Amino acid sequence: MFDITSIRADFPILQREVNGKPLVYLDNAATSQKPQQVIDAIVDYYSRYNANIHRGVHTLSQEATDAYEIARKTIQEHFNIAHPYEVIFTAGTTHGINLVANGFASFLKKGDEVIVSALEHHSNIVPWQMLCEKTGAVLKVIPMTQEGTLAMDAYSGLLSEKTKLVFVNHISNALGTINPIEKIIELAHQVGAAVLVDGAQACSHIKPDLTALDVDFYVTSAHKMCGPTGVGMLYGKEEWLKKLPPYQGGGEMISEVTFEKTTYADLPHKFEAGTPNICGGIAFGAAIEYLNHLGFDAIAAHEHTLLEYATNELLAIDGLKIYGTGREKTSVISFNVENIHPYDIGTILDKLGIAVRTGHHCAQPIMEFYKIPGTVRASFAFYNTKEEVDQLVAGVKRAQQMLS
Amino acid sequence: MSSIKEIQEELIDEFSIFDDWMERYEHMIALGKTMPLIDPKYKTDDKLIKGCQSKVWLHSELKGDKVIFTADSDAIITKGIVAILIRVFSNQTPEAIVAADTQFIDEIGLKEHLSPTRANGLVSMVKQMKLYAVAYQAQRKQQA
Repeated sequence: MFDITSIRADFPILQREVNGKPLVYLDNAATSQKPQQVIDAIVDYYSRYNANIHRGVHTLSQEATDAYEIARKTIQEHFNIAHPYEVIFTAGTTHGINLVANGFASFLKKGDEVIVSALEHHSNIVPWQMLCEKTGAVLKVIPMTQEGTLAMDAYSGLLSEKTKLVFVNHISNALGTINPIEKIIELAHQVGAAVLVDGAQACSHIKPDLTALDVDFYVTSAHKMCGPTGVGMLYGKEEWLKKLPPYQGGGEMISEVTFEKTTYADLPHKFEAGTPNICGGIAFGAAIEYLNHLGFDAIAAHEHTLLEYATNELLAIDGLKIYGTGREKTSVISFNVENIHPYDIGTILDKLGIAVRTGHHCAQPIMEFYKIPGTVRASFAFYNTKEEVDQLVAGVKRAQQMLS
Repeated sequence: MSSIKEIQEELIDEFSIFDDWMERYEHMIALGKTMPLIDPKYKTDDKLIKGCQSKVWLHSELKGDKVIFTADSDAIITKGIVAILIRVFSNQTPEAIVAADTQFIDEIGLKEHLSPTRANGLVSMVKQMKLYAVAYQAQRKQQA
């Protein structure tokens, strides 16, 4: 039973007011709010058993180590990953991507090809540009269609035995499009290329089965899935993680050190140099438990209802255009109102207590494709309501009145 | 000709009759429509102010001992903000512009625009206007 009232009661921040109005938080694609259960896990860690992990013999250190490793196991089970050591704790999605890109620098040679999609967060394009500059590999881009989906025919055409790595996001942050990653992975594997999927936008909406997907690498961030900022995970197939050189040197990642030679630690520690974000990892586990307690089917059903309702209500506004109209999409609506700058709408909505994102959403190539300066992006989470959609629609109408 | 301080007082008076934010914003939008627009030939990338989510073009020239500002923006609220700044700073001496403060923005109830991290870049606009003023100041000293 999906009881929205009791779910909302789990999120203290949803009770606050902004500019004298009850907060309507519709910027979930940027970051999600945190339930009391996650906040409690953070407070509990620092109040009861804060200690460094994996090295102390004392009780606190053991307790902290256990909790951190239980969190790893929670993540492993959640994503249906074969072994816990294939789960690498990172500082977040960007860290995970850089770890893989850096590792591939030692495999790639001149003339090899790396494929990325046109639907990327532009900061995600940079690590691949740097990788290509370093190695002489060539960056290829899967183009997008008017609907904001990937042009899959073009993708097939880009693949060849030169392709070494394909990088694509599971869901586009700017448009909400769900990319056909099953097909993307299958086709890449046919030419022997590895695939890295950025799941930052996906994991709050769907529960990916990484074994079934047969993906080589998958990265995500805790903060988009009700967990804290500054922590995330990188999944890599064991054979890949063994092949990949370490990304950062330091404590935790070594087995033996002399001045002549260092032997690296086994997985996952080889990639976890230094004292990690212990509290963050534990709270990440708590967030995943919270989401699973609600159930991803129930989450998806509720969000789908909100998406359909909001799409219809918004489209009824004169001059409103939605970008990203692919059939497979999550509860993200990127839109503009004719002759009104997205920034103006966002400012008026903020005065009404409604939080949306405006601008290019770090996806300038997509904005260039549509030839627009940006969009207003409303992104819904399972704790949003139809009443909040109504407030958004009323807010946009009010902004339209004031601004035209 | 009114001084910067006098114009700021005038704006504070003007905005004080409004009871709520909507009326203040509507007035600001109306002010945007009366702004001295930049000559289209100056609407080039080098006149864009960095740090704004919307585009803001700002042009300045020295007429006698006064700096004249003209501007435009592709967003209406931003245009209102630039219009207010131009009303305050345009047709003033470089010295007066450099010395002026912007606390009046708070007093007319638009405090949220004063934060330096704010995406509309009011702070960037003021900085750019003052930079022009500093440059004219230096130029005039050289000539003197």
